[in-house]
Amino acid sequence: MACAASTEPAGRFDLDAPWRLDAQVRVRPEEFGALLYHFGTRQLSFLKSPALAEVVRSLAAHPSARAACTAAGVPAADLMRYARALQTLAASQMIRERETA
Amino acid sequence: MRPGSLPLTDQFERGLAAPICLTWELTYACNLSCVHCLSSSGRRDPRELTTAECRAVIGELQRMQVFYVNIGGGEPTVRPDFWALVDYATSHDVGVKFSTNGVKITPGIARRLAGRDYVDVQISLDGATPEVNDAVRGRGSYEVALRAMRNLADAGLAGFKISVVMTRHNIGQLEEFKAIADRFGAQLRITRLRPAGRGAGVWDELHPTAGQQRELYDWLVAHGTDVLTGDSFFHLSGYGGALPGLGMCGAGRVVCLIDPVGDVYACPFAIHPSFLAGNVRDPGGFAEVWRHSELFRGLRRPRAEGACDSCAAFGSCRGGCMAAKFFTGLPLDGPDPECVKGHGERALAAATPAPRPSPDHSHRTAPHRAAPHRAAPRGPVPLTLSRRRPVPACNANPLAGFAPE
Repeated sequence: MACAASTEPAGRFDLDAPWRLDAQVRVRPEEFGALLYHFGTRQLSFLKSPALAEVVRSLAAHPSARAACTAAGVPAADLMRYARALQTLAASQMIRERETA
Repeated sequence: MRPGSLPLTDQFERGLAAPICLTWELTYACNLSCVHCLSSSGRRDPRELTTAECRAVIGELQRMQVFYVNIGGGEPTVRPDFWALVDYATSHDVGVKFSTNGVKITPGIARRLAGRDYVDVQISLDGATPEVNDAVRGRGSYEVALRAMRNLADAGLAGFKISVVMTRHNIGQLEEFKAIADRFGAQLRITRLRPAGRGAGVWDELHPTAGQQRELYDWLVAHGTDVLTGDSFFHLSGYGGALPGLGMCGAGRVVCLIDPVGDVYACPFAIHPSFLAGNVRDPGGFAEVWRHSELFRGLRRPRAEGACDSCAAFGSCRGGCMAAKFFTGLPLDGPDPECVKGHGERALAAATPAPRPSPDHSHRTAPHRAAPHRAAPRGPVPLTLSRRRPVPACNANPLAGFAPE
């Protein structure tokens, strides 16, 4: 794989931390999942599954990314793959760790 | 073929909920008469969308979550309401990149633009020297473009785009274009010459030779994602590997054009009744045209591969550009006229007469024609070319390898 971001170890993404979409990001539902646009970096990202789109959309409503995945019905065996995808989104500033109250 | 990217491309070929690359030409009026103008612009059309109608379109784009539009023309900045429409769009979640020849980019306008978020400026330049540029774009146009670039750079607007249509006379200037972009802190964008609009009349004499196409491909491979291309050159990927970008014809699937009178065409290079899907003034507006027009629904259905079926390169070039085929009289299921395997040239020899581009808003004065241009002899592009694989489209597709199902 030539995409540096996608080969980073999933361990770097903190599934147990609270996350949210960046305030400048909008989510557009698509048949294959969703399209994200960041108005600050002007980058597009394509989320290639409806479940991943649901996870990303609902991050702010859950105490952790893990909880968002569970609520979206992500099987435990797939968690690491979702963590890698979320890490890619974090690296491109699409999602951010939330301040805990 | 890039692992993981094909399913997404297949999805795109079925069409998106809304375009991700929408070109909106605001007026057919233009102070120039470029010989290759895609929209045969010159004179304003009395039926052009009013300010109120443009605002309604922007409202629709916002509701459809079209996050940015590429505004062009004609010369869009000659519309008296242009700057107000840009502000209206960006305050309604629709970012703007606009293309201009630079005529209205005064120091004051440049400062105003530098203070705006969500606005990108693209200055057109088709030669790195006045001789090469002005032969295509008209006398004095090089100086106007360079002055605009200086004004933008002086105002601190970093990263504006310099957009070049690649022709037989400027492919040897790629390094000089890059130097101009670097000098102004700008980004170079190069696109393909299309035989659309007035471009149909000059395509034979201006489109790159086969040798130049190879030179261009190698240069693009060497420069990776440093140079923007608008996904223009995917027909060249038959040389060996995919170039950055989606690598497919997005017409009516991810791309479309709204012209100054509100007509919606499949792509900016296909202004012709055959590719007219509807009008934003029709009941249901733009959304209805995008979602339900017969033309767009047809484009989203799986196509037969036709004459390219048996070619090993089809997986990477996907048959090339629909508009380039149409306006050179080639069948749409056959090879691109600039097919790197040479199939296009053979097909052109047997082609039916090419359809005439229409409508035509050219100035009625004698059109400026490209003088047979005699460029100084140029050697190959002076850099060491590596044969490494092109950079995949990480930015456009960061989750390419992600497929949980």
